Amino acid sequence: MEKDYQRLEFEYARSPDQDATEPVRYPVIVVGAGPVGLSAAIDLAHQGVRTLLLDDDNKLSFGSRAICFAKRTLEIWDRLGCGEPMVQKGVSWNIGKVFFKDELVYSFNLLPESGHQRPAFINLQQYYAEGYLHERALTQDQLEVRWKNRLEALEQTDAGVELTVATPEGSYRLRCDYLVACDGARSPIRTLLGQESKGQIFRDRFLIADVKMSADFPPERWFWFDPPFHPNQSVLLHMQPDNVWRIDFQLGWDADPDEEKKPERVTPRIQALLGKNTEFSFEWVSVYTFACLRMDTFRHGRVLFAGDSAHGVSPFGARGANSGVQDTDNLAWKLRLVVDGKAPAALLDSYAAEREYAADENILNSTRATDFITPKSEISRTFRDAVLKLARDHPFARRLVNSGRLSVPAILRDSTLNTPDREAFAGPMVPGAPAADAPLGAEQGSGWFLRRIGDEFTGVYFSDGAPLAPETASQLNRLAQGAIPVRPLVVVPKGKDVRLPHGLPVVEDSEGLLAQRFDACPGTFYLLRPDQHVCARWRQFDPDRTQAAVARATCNA
Amino acid sequence: MTTLNIEPNLARPDDFYEALINTHRDLSTEQSQLLNAELILLLANHIGDLDVLYQAMARARDSVAPEA
Repeated sequence: MEKDYQRLEFEYARSPDQDATEPVRYPVIVVGAGPVGLSAAIDLAHQGVRTLLLDDDNKLSFGSRAICFAKRTLEIWDRLGCGEPMVQKGVSWNIGKVFFKDELVYSFNLLPESGHQRPAFINLQQYYAEGYLHERALTQDQLEVRWKNRLEALEQTDAGVELTVATPEGSYRLRCDYLVACDGARSPIRTLLGQESKGQIFRDRFLIADVKMSADFPPERWFWFDPPFHPNQSVLLHMQPDNVWRIDFQLGWDADPDEEKKPERVTPRIQALLGKNTEFSFEWVSVYTFACLRMDTFRHGRVLFAGDSAHGVSPFGARGANSGVQDTDNLAWKLRLVVDGKAPAALLDSYAAEREYAADENILNSTRATDFITPKSEISRTFRDAVLKLARDHPFARRLVNSGRLSVPAILRDSTLNTPDREAFAGPMVPGAPAADAPLGAEQGSGWFLRRIGDEFTGVYFSDGAPLAPETASQLNRLAQGAIPVRPLVVVPKGKDVRLPHGLPVVEDSEGLLAQRFDACPGTFYLLRPDQHVCARWRQFDPDRTQAAVARATCNA
Repeated sequence: MTTLNIEPNLARPDDFYEALINTHRDLSTEQSQLLNAELILLLANHIGDLDVLYQAMARARDSVAPEA
């Protein structure tokens, strides 16, 4: 029998810190044990940073809430060691279909090529995602989770952050070098610092009805504009595990949120979609509005904001939780280097800059989708309907249909951490791009490229399969011995022997896709960041240039 | 950057104009609006060049609601 993650309760436990005469100090304290805070805390601990995670409640998410977890998020969770249970339990999907009235007008495949370990998306109730993350958190020696610990005051000094934490047994004080605020859209930490998240609020309401039923819809994202069963509005249907279906009805701004949540109001809407005789039971019902907003900056001294506390988007596009987890992927290695004294605090400014850029991209995509789904004027609705009418017979118009541009990671093209290309490369693996996955030969553990990189910098050397020159081999080996180590990884072409006599880890590009996706030829060398983003690349490996690129990527230049 | 052509480019301007008006014959205002929208989308895709389209949009906007 599977655990009922929605009903798990974690006991408050008194910490010896509460009886300490001097506030106990941690390198990093994370606030908020949602998917973002859990990911941040696991990542830090997994990288060896002693981390304390505080949450004001003692339960995981109630209700399905975020359900779409993107390929990049799964890859991050793979790096943290908990991607597999997510994918095992989740419903994998790549296909989206868009209907106008009762006709299919457009179908899209979010992962049209094979040779990736993870699908474009899985659907998984947020409580499962949090449950698996929490189980992973419990295995981390460097991580402690404290439930029913609510941050009530904070003060930043030159030396650190002083926190006052309320518990059922009264308040106590803590200190940390850095505080990571993953405390959600209404972030109390943001308020404590006198900051705001600003942007555009949309005047529309949506009803989420998650229902349990047996149905034979395929595992695809189905989106209707103006369907006969819910005229003039949009509807989204999506499969979750355990025979739960997400149905999302647009209601319009004038809908009464309390009335619309009542079963006697929701049931006829669902029956209109599924037919009168379909049996179902309610899992979770919620009426929501949304806004696209963000904080001006995600770093305030020693306080770093990640996830909904820093930015908010509409749900169309699944860019909320996914971008939050990607925030933590960007932040954890930088925080680790800073608290270990291997990089200056300025490196954390690059967290803010890179993730603010990503947030802007998410907000732009989300705003555009919302403007299409919820036209703000009569003429905007006319154009929307014209696009949908044309889409049936005109391929060009299908590209204009916007039912949500689904979460893809930002390409940090303009990041100051990148070393610009000196030579010509084709394809999408530009400095700043997250590394693409590719299958590896069976001898190499998991068999996927992304499982072999990350946590540390990785230097990927594409060889022709012949034994390396001793000089090259020893230079590659020496990379691992720097203050900020670069783990070497040699790639040999399909069919070549991976047992090279120089003690370097070697993988076989078993389908040739790795070299293809990275536009690599023998001698090409890629430097990848600990978060698996491309940081620099050359047609020939040069240890000095590599060290310079590492220095640049860690603000040590 | 390609510049929006505002010099005469239609071989038979009167034929074009008549056809444009005829396209809207007997339509309600609402239908006409939808037709215009479809027409703009079809032509925009045919033109393809975003710079040209931006110039056309700016020119039309400026004609209807000039910036103060």
